[in-house]
Amino acid sequence: MAATFAFAESRDGNLRKVAFETVAAARQAADATGGGEVQALVMGAPGIAARAEELGKYGADAVAVVEDAGLERYSPEVFAATAAERLRAGEYRAGFFAASAQGRDLAPRVAARLGVSLASDVTDFEIQGDAVLARHPAYAGKVILTLRLVGTPALLSLRPGALVAVEQTRPARVETVAPAMTPDKARVVVTEVSQRSAAKLDLGEAPVIVSGGRGLRAAENFKLVEDLAAAFGNAAVGATRAVTDDGWRPATDQIGQTGRVVSPSLYVALGISGAVQHLAGMRTAKTIVAINRDKDAPIFKVADYGIVGDLFEILPRLTEEIKKVRASQ
Amino acid sequence: MKIAVCLKRVPEMELRFSIAADRKSLDQGGLKYEISDFDGYALEVGLRLVEKEGSGEVVVLCVGPDGVQETIRKALAIGAARAVHLKAEDVPFDGFAIARALAAELQDAGYDLILFGRMATDTASGTVGPMTAELLDLPCVTALSHLEIANGRGTARRDLEGATETVEYPLPAVLTIDEGIARPRLASLKGIMAAKKKPLEVKPAQLGQVSLTVETMALPPERAGGRIVGEGSDAVPELVRLLRTEAKVL
Repeated sequence: MAATFAFAESRDGNLRKVAFETVAAARQAADATGGGEVQALVMGAPGIAARAEELGKYGADAVAVVEDAGLERYSPEVFAATAAERLRAGEYRAGFFAASAQGRDLAPRVAARLGVSLASDVTDFEIQGDAVLARHPAYAGKVILTLRLVGTPALLSLRPGALVAVEQTRPARVETVAPAMTPDKARVVVTEVSQRSAAKLDLGEAPVIVSGGRGLRAAENFKLVEDLAAAFGNAAVGATRAVTDDGWRPATDQIGQTGRVVSPSLYVALGISGAVQHLAGMRTAKTIVAINRDKDAPIFKVADYGIVGDLFEILPRLTEEIKKVRASQ
Repeated sequence: MKIAVCLKRVPEMELRFSIAADRKSLDQGGLKYEISDFDGYALEVGLRLVEKEGSGEVVVLCVGPDGVQETIRKALAIGAARAVHLKAEDVPFDGFAIARALAAELQDAGYDLILFGRMATDTASGTVGPMTAELLDLPCVTALSHLEIANGRGTARRDLEGATETVEYPLPAVLTIDEGIARPRLASLKGIMAAKKKPLEVKPAQLGQVSLTVETMALPPERAGGRIVGEGSDAVPELVRLLRTEAKVL
């Protein structure tokens, strides 16, 4: 029975949330096609092997670990060569990657090395005989495509947060393997990784995103947005393009067509009118709350719940109420 | 420096889209086209590098039907020296097919840099750049937000979730460009006149087998939104109650 491959992303010696989502998706694919093995690949600096067993919790049967002092940081060529080598050797039906910053770099390289196509940034999928049907939002999120991918292995990269990592514990066999090329042979070298906000949750991983637009009126008023995020305790702060273009927030906070595309459980839009470019980045959030003084703002058409009124009056009260709720939990 | 910029013609994203009767393509009525956003940045990066060095050229490559020549002329008006139109009746969704067609044209053509946008704004997949690099066996860095080039080597920055990577690579190389790296210039009237006389070579696109196709295309389900809980801060307790008991997200 054909096995299913999953690339489990790590950073700084820890598996990322997308690693569990990727393995869980591979488990789902394997179960849908008769229950073959899920075989994961983890690459990193020495010590990463200690994390490998965690993947069993999400349905991995086997984890191949590549540990090398030269892999403390991402090495596109070593990662691609190694993933391609494993995929080639294993006769896999399908292979899953995360459509994260790293996965979007890695997955197309692996596909090209194998001479196969890649369904990228997939939010849902289904295996139907010889084909994989994959859902992919395109055209600034204004059109939902169902793609048909044929050939083996069928490679997919999964939009972070789109598929829930369901726990399904299995005892995972862990084996250490060598990289397909030695890191010092790589032409492309990541020489430095600087953390921008190590303590804060990333937009792609936070269950709650509190996001501000021009309605905040000035950079210093984002303090109110940060206070609300802090009250939630599990929230990241995002912004519209207008706000990042004006330098009120770093460009990396931008949510929208040309920024980050996010799918949190809860998205709170503060002083955001709801331009299509912004909606493209957040319309797949499970629940959307909008607070805006303009009752005709387009954001209210996508929001599940809206409050019309003055942000500066409403926001402190909302922060207080959320604090109360959190204190009682 | 000899630089190739691979452009895609995409519909203007501000338009209201509707789905054609075949349920797998856009209704062409009323569609207007433009250079994909990120590709515009790639073109600007290429032009600046050639200007800085004072020699070399920017060559534009574009896969698609005859209609893409209008897009190509725009790029020539903005400042590219010449263009290659890789002609295909349809642009397949399969990024690997596009990469094969581009790689066939770029192979052994002596480019120092091959630039792409980080992704096309229509298909939003971001696969063609790195796949082309692999087919050409060239070093590749994706989604660059900053770059410097000196003595045949490049240093780039790319944004990760919550962090920034600094990446070094030798030339020749393939780079995909994120937005915001350099504000794209507009075509001047002189540029528009000159573009009409710039060389535009037409060749068949060698796409090969297509393995990834659009099965269906649909508009996203309308969110059942539009529910105003209330006005002003007095609505806050009700909002929080709904988030707890109805949406169950707290």
